[in-house]
Amino acid sequence: MKIGLVLHELHRSENDLALELLQVSERNKVDHEIYHLGRDLARWSQDHVREIAEIGKQYGQNLDPEPRHEFNLAEKVREAGSDILGRRSAPALLMLRDLREIYMKASGVSVDWEMLAQAAQGIKHTDLLDVTKRCHPQTLRQMRWANAMLKVNSTQALIS
Amino acid sequence: MSKKDRIAEPWGTRTPYASGEPWPVRVDMHLEEGLQAGDVDRWVQTASILHSNGDALDIAVKDDRIAGVRGRADDRVNHGRLGPKDLYGWQANSSPDRLTKPLIRKRGKLVETDWDTAMDRIVGKTRDLLDEQGASAIGFYTTGQLFAEEYYTLGIVAHGGLGTNHVDGNTRLCTATAAAALKESFACDGQPGSYTDIDHADVIALYGHNMAETQTVLWTRVLDRLAGPNPPQIICVDPRLTPVAKAATVHLAPRPGTNVALMNGLLHEIIANGWIDSDYIQAHAVGFSELEKRVKEYPPEVVEHICDVPADRIREAAGIIGRAERLLSTVLQGFYQSNQATAAAVQVNNINIIRGMLGKPGCGILQMNGQPTAQNTRECGGDGDLPAFRNWSNDAHVEDLAKVWNVDPMEIPHYSPPTHVMQMMRYVEDGSIRMLWVSGTNPAVSLPELQRVRSILTQDRLFLVVQDIFLSETAQLADVVLPAATWGEKTGTFTNVDRTVHISEKAVDPPGDAKSDLDIFLEYARRLDLRDKDGQPLVTWHDPESAFEAWKECTRGRPCDYTGITYEKLRGGSGIQWPCNEENPEGSERIYADGKFWSSPEYCESYGRDLVTGAPLEPDEYKAMNPEGKAIIKAAEYMPPHEIPSGKYPFQLITGRTLYHFHTRTKTARAPQLQAAAPEVWVEMSDHDAKAFGIAEGDLTRVSTPRGSVEAKVRISGIRDGVLFLPFHYGYWDTDGGHKPDKAGRAANELTITDWDPASKQPIFKTAAASIRKLKSGKGPSAAPTTTASAPIRPIGRETKGSHNAEVQETLNGAGTEGQR
Repeated sequence: MKIGLVLHELHRSENDLALELLQVSERNKVDHEIYHLGRDLARWSQDHVREIAEIGKQYGQNLDPEPRHEFNLAEKVREAGSDILGRRSAPALLMLRDLREIYMKASGVSVDWEMLAQAAQGIKHTDLLDVTKRCHPQTLRQMRWANAMLKVNSTQALIS
Repeated sequence: MSKKDRIAEPWGTRTPYASGEPWPVRVDMHLEEGLQAGDVDRWVQTASILHSNGDALDIAVKDDRIAGVRGRADDRVNHGRLGPKDLYGWQANSSPDRLTKPLIRKRGKLVETDWDTAMDRIVGKTRDLLDEQGASAIGFYTTGQLFAEEYYTLGIVAHGGLGTNHVDGNTRLCTATAAAALKESFACDGQPGSYTDIDHADVIALYGHNMAETQTVLWTRVLDRLAGPNPPQIICVDPRLTPVAKAATVHLAPRPGTNVALMNGLLHEIIANGWIDSDYIQAHAVGFSELEKRVKEYPPEVVEHICDVPADRIREAAGIIGRAERLLSTVLQGFYQSNQATAAAVQVNNINIIRGMLGKPGCGILQMNGQPTAQNTRECGGDGDLPAFRNWSNDAHVEDLAKVWNVDPMEIPHYSPPTHVMQMMRYVEDGSIRMLWVSGTNPAVSLPELQRVRSILTQDRLFLVVQDIFLSETAQLADVVLPAATWGEKTGTFTNVDRTVHISEKAVDPPGDAKSDLDIFLEYARRLDLRDKDGQPLVTWHDPESAFEAWKECTRGRPCDYTGITYEKLRGGSGIQWPCNEENPEGSERIYADGKFWSSPEYCESYGRDLVTGAPLEPDEYKAMNPEGKAIIKAAEYMPPHEIPSGKYPFQLITGRTLYHFHTRTKTARAPQLQAAAPEVWVEMSDHDAKAFGIAEGDLTRVSTPRGSVEAKVRISGIRDGVLFLPFHYGYWDTDGGHKPDKAGRAANELTITDWDPASKQPIFKTAAASIRKLKSGKGPSAAPTTTASAPIRPIGRETKGSHNAEVQETLNGAGTEGQR
């Protein structure tokens, strides 16, 4: 059975997505919706990390329940940089790139959840299936958010 | 007939009545000193634009001047009553500091000029920007104070003529969540309820809605029910001890920012006890099972922990709401300007839906407006919405609108949701919006985080046009200022929260060279030579009535159908509720009767948004969710606010409006009785907190957040512990600073955070972590009103009452008796 592997990969990719959301949030502090929502939505991924670590025990996985954090100088520099550069239009293009990255990463996570759900159904593990039912819809919402923000911001960023 | 000081007694004399009876008439009148009703030259029909109730009144004209007002006895909304803002506010029209000539910035200073020069400058700038960058360089930010005809004209000029997606109204600060919540639950804007629901309801639940101060006449109606036989029970959700809270059967005072948790707790109890109409849900709604699942996580004990409201109190309130036979729910800024605004307001809709309390007398929802003509901003395309509730993500609707305007559908931007004002400010900040036209509003005081707003609006690269009646804080920053006519000086229509359309007639000429907003927009379109696809002028109308006729055509077949209304029909009698058309020639008191909604995928105004992320639903997602056009039940999880108290900032700061002033005090501060009633900013705190911080009534304090500070005298009021309140109307136009603080700040928005609800894009003014520090002891009590939510908890030796000529004549008709309450 290779479920452990999928859980391991999902644990890694949710951690990665959470960090990406936090970093994008900081880099775009002056775009307030991205700043606040990035942090809110990172929390979903952090919760998922904890859920995966918990259920992982049943599959012989020793995964860290604490989401990875990065409270350091780099974070503060990114925030300050965003405030200073906010009066120029080039950062708008960087923001589009950031949103695109979130969309791609969330898509990857979504696919992982799908695979896990399929496996859980196959072996009739309802606990595991419940985890996917709780977490996967939030991943989809993260994707749709990144997609919607891209739609809202692309026009102005690209034609002005 | 009797006289009342309506500063001291804002709601006037009681006229008690019983459930199901008509509300007795009481006509309120206030005239300038020495003038008698018989001496008035003529009475001119209008309605209030100083709050959203839509109270109908007549203007008294003496020697071609406005000299007073009188309520309209026959009107369905107010039955003759007027609130203090209307009784005294008319005096501002004749203030000596009205703008009378256009102003233009020369060598850094605003100087008087003529209309040709001012308009040439604006039109020249517009052309340059269109050539250089296109319409994305131009934004319009309007108000909740203009008339339907004017919003519609602005909408066609901006959307159909220039083709910019950047159009919003200051209704965004105030009622955007009302619209968003209705779009989430019913896929369309428009209020299910009617004001007459107050006459029938046995339970009235007010969520974050201090009706006593925001809609004084509507509250008078509630007070009259309370004073009569079989009074309704009142549920109040508010962290302050408002007059509503004092009248309530149950008052819930949650921690600011926790409304969704509280609503989920109420829904938990209602569902757990089976107080639901299963047949109605089955037949007329989708999404119930998700709600059921979600609110299971919120038993009262869990909610008590989040909201700091006793679990038993939640059970008690849920029991009253759950057993109600005719339930009226109303919502305002306590929800709309707080954390998870739309999600919380939608849960109120959910209660009425799952209880089957819609479309019948007494069973209503009023997702309130704060601004009088907010509904028109939303309907006519004066904010981002397309006119007449057309769906920007439905191509057929855009094509239909293009037909009405005779333009190519591609000319109307619909590639993404229209740009809301906070995003527009961001585009100004990053330099991609380079011309901003502000009409009838004052963002330099009303938007959050004023230091940021001032720095954005004062950028050299921004060309700022401000159209107003006074040199407001924002106007002082403008490149061109256009003097506008206002209420009483121009004709038009507007619509209140229960869909009642009133006409407002011109009574007198505007001062100097001031022009109506309609004439200004028409002039702009003419000078720009905007054309339709056949080369004919895009804007085909030339005066209020022809604009109204054009607007009517645009509404044909849409939910807000105006086609049965004419100026003639509006004159003389009462207001008319839309939809008014061939099928409903006298208008429609209630919509959504018999579980019929406007939510079919082909017809609906909106496919809705994710309540947490704000991402719009795609057409296919909506079709899959709601193929048959039912009401939509949307569950929401509680998310904590983005700024929470810390050691440095131990309080939660909320801001709000008050009874005696309206929107940045442009008019109300120029009415002597209103100004004297609330002359300066104050800060409210609880007795417990005041003792802990060594602060007494009247002490001067500094209130700070990470963004700035304000100095204010303390009022020790009935507000809940851990929370500070600042009234948000105080700016700088009447200080030496002019448009900014010269010494200490006094505008509440120096302190508020730049953050908004993702679904409605309404700024969150009621979530900031704050500190308070005593600066010096007071010489007496604060000047805050004693008659309202800011009432002191113990006597302070001073009571709010009217200054000179505050006496109002009240004439009771029919069943009314005096002084029972």
